[in-house]
Amino acid sequence: MVEVNLWSGLRRFTDGELVVTVEAKTVGQMLDALVTAYPALEPVIESGVSIAVDGEVITDAHHIAVKPDSEIFLLQQLKGG
Amino acid sequence: MALDEVKPVVETGESYDSNKEFKYVGTRPNRPDGLDKVTGRAKYGADHAVANMLHAAVLRSPHAHARIVKIDTSKAEAAEGVKAVVIGTDLPEGLTGGDLHLQENTLARDKVYYDGHAVAAVAATSALAAKDAVKLIEVEYELLPHVIDVDEAMKPDAPVIREGDQGPTVPEGMHPNVVNYMEFGHGDLEAGFAAADLVLENTFKTEATHQGYIEPHACVGQLGEDGKGEMWVCTQGQWFIRKMCAAVLGLEASNLRVTPSEIGGGFGGKTTIFSEAISLALSRKAGGRPVKLVMTRSEVLRATGPTASTSMDVKIGMKKDGTITAGSVEFRMQGGAWPDMAPTGMALNCAFASYDMPAVHHVGYDVLANRPKAAAYRAPGSPMAAFAVESLVDEMCRELKLDPIEVRMKNGAKEGTKASYGPTFKQIGLMQTLEAAKAHPNLQAELGPNQGRGVACGFWFNHGGETSVTLALGNDGTVTVSAGTPDIGGSRASVALMVAETLGIPYDHVRVNIVETGALGFNEPSHGSRATFATGKAAVESCNQAIKEMCRRAAKKWGIDEDAVEWKDGAAHPAGPNAGEFPPMTIKKIAQSMGRSGGPISGHHETTAGGVGESFGTHVVDVEVDPETGKTTILRYLVVQDAGRAIHPSYVEGQYQGGAAQGIGWALNEEYVYDDMGRLQNPVFLDYRVPVASDLPMIDTVIVEVPNPGHPYGVRGVGETGITPPLPAIANAIADATGCRMRHLPMTPVKVLKAIKERVNG
Repeated sequence: MVEVNLWSGLRRFTDGELVVTVEAKTVGQMLDALVTAYPALEPVIESGVSIAVDGEVITDAHHIAVKPDSEIFLLQQLKGG
Repeated sequence: MALDEVKPVVETGESYDSNKEFKYVGTRPNRPDGLDKVTGRAKYGADHAVANMLHAAVLRSPHAHARIVKIDTSKAEAAEGVKAVVIGTDLPEGLTGGDLHLQENTLARDKVYYDGHAVAAVAATSALAAKDAVKLIEVEYELLPHVIDVDEAMKPDAPVIREGDQGPTVPEGMHPNVVNYMEFGHGDLEAGFAAADLVLENTFKTEATHQGYIEPHACVGQLGEDGKGEMWVCTQGQWFIRKMCAAVLGLEASNLRVTPSEIGGGFGGKTTIFSEAISLALSRKAGGRPVKLVMTRSEVLRATGPTASTSMDVKIGMKKDGTITAGSVEFRMQGGAWPDMAPTGMALNCAFASYDMPAVHHVGYDVLANRPKAAAYRAPGSPMAAFAVESLVDEMCRELKLDPIEVRMKNGAKEGTKASYGPTFKQIGLMQTLEAAKAHPNLQAELGPNQGRGVACGFWFNHGGETSVTLALGNDGTVTVSAGTPDIGGSRASVALMVAETLGIPYDHVRVNIVETGALGFNEPSHGSRATFATGKAAVESCNQAIKEMCRRAAKKWGIDEDAVEWKDGAAHPAGPNAGEFPPMTIKKIAQSMGRSGGPISGHHETTAGGVGESFGTHVVDVEVDPETGKTTILRYLVVQDAGRAIHPSYVEGQYQGGAAQGIGWALNEEYVYDDMGRLQNPVFLDYRVPVASDLPMIDTVIVEVPNPGHPYGVRGVGETGITPPLPAIANAIADATGCRMRHLPMTPVKVLKAIKERVNG
């Protein structure tokens, strides 16, 4: 199980929860599990998010591993110039 | 597959020993493109020409918002030399989301959304014939009310620009022009403000600015009736051009080959498409003849991505000793007439990133307006956020009579800080940049009358991204690297230096080519300050693969185990006395016989590059403000920034100076000016004033190196952070010089003079 910190604007889709726990071993599995647990998150995740795992921001690398003690944050999608 | 059967790849948290001494990394050899560029041999987008080529011209909307009632192209089609005319309805239907938005911006279908929106295009046998034919196209418009300003666009009575594009996060009851809403933070905000001795809040505004690249968008597109085609184009990302054009035109991506030209600046504005798909659509209609499309400067300013305009509220609490106790922001940003183009989320994430704060709260709105579809611009969102936050921090320092550098050192983010956007920072170099700035001679320079000094910090995430690199050994021992990230800031030189270092061969023995889409796997554009980081990392891994093969060839020749061979100084060596005594086998010797020892030797690496390291910077600027005209002159400018490791320090310094120069223009002069009909009034460089050499002093630079452990040579990425601090640093310097706090960019002479007069007159 991993803990995922959401941004507070998403509380309305997660029954008010800001930190949710899901079963996952990769970032991609974590996103899938979030949608399964909270289907209202699907359009937000589908439109693009970034994820910070242990301090590193990831945009598309959904194969990256997450561990039970990983620090995970869901962030608005980041793009560079 | 069951969950526990998955074997995830671990790529974050990689750690390299990047504190070694290097032979080539960190040196300043001649740039590989230098001779071509100074002699005019370098081929840019508009330089490309092929046989039988047609020329395109585009008809653009003169209205900010209108319904297209009718388009009559018959006279244009009949004009001499015209071979094809296209309008929006010639493009395939059924697209959704971002692909639909790209298509709508390429050629308007039912509505025009901004002054300059493309409506129709002509291909003819000469550029003049195309321009003349465009004038023969008759368009009947039904004018609609428009809105330009972001705050006006959110009001209940604002014209509705698009229906049905509101994202799921937007609170109920908000105007349809508000298409995205964000909110996040941590800590007890109210307790933080209650603990402060001083709480200030203010509103700041910035205007849209353009990336201002010197080279306008240009391409030659060729597309046959079989759906196969080619494009030669000025771009930051040839695979993005391919993907986007294929989507807009309903093509199979692999049927389109895209070759990038040299690039005369992009700064984020060339990571997407604007008119490129038009050249292909015209070509298909003209029987497959290639079509050249070169934008004018006016078209570039009217119809390619500027950055967002903003309206920003900031509130900060500070103790008398300078401790920041809490901060909150509400940012409202417009990015044109399509959703998700304003960099609101990134601005929020960057707003307080330089600080270690117990309580922060961020709210953001992405808003539509009748302006061009915004594109990324160097650290998208971060400069505006820094302007708001760093201006208010400076205001509080002045009120509490505190040194602005000391306050930043007291509150600065460091390793272990919980970032304002959530995660915990690993190794970062903000404090080192503050220390280096404090020690710099510019801070000892005495200031005269009407002169002032400003300090500000800035932040950018940097990015890894999808990357593919191939390295091939020539039969003389030299090396060719095929990279997919266009060289927008020196990446060919820096990649060559890293390859030279890794292989142990001279820099001059490495040539890095930027290749077309058929030559490599997918590459993201050169964006997010990623080219030297990600392509460099993939190139090093390609070297390692080639080294392994070269060691294997040597082992075979010597008749020893391949594990008993090591690579150093450009040659295979026996790894120790037990491996046997053999003279080193140089890369040249291995290359000369590679056909007889097993075949060509190459290395290849594909990755979505992890290990990204953030970058912070501190800027110090001295200005003089003419009290009679309000004109601001930059006297001294210092950029201090953490590069992680400067692979080619001259290029790094150039990036620092370029970021500062663009930031100076944004702060003092640049803005999109609209009339009351929503028409852009300054679409030429004479009126849209970017800084020129005579406006700027020599910009001083200090490269701080806190190596990124996620890169084999410690690279962080340096292209974007440099544009984030100039906006507030200059505002802070003007406040120091005049006593006037400027909260609305640009700080033109007219605005500064007005502020001075208001202060003098009370």
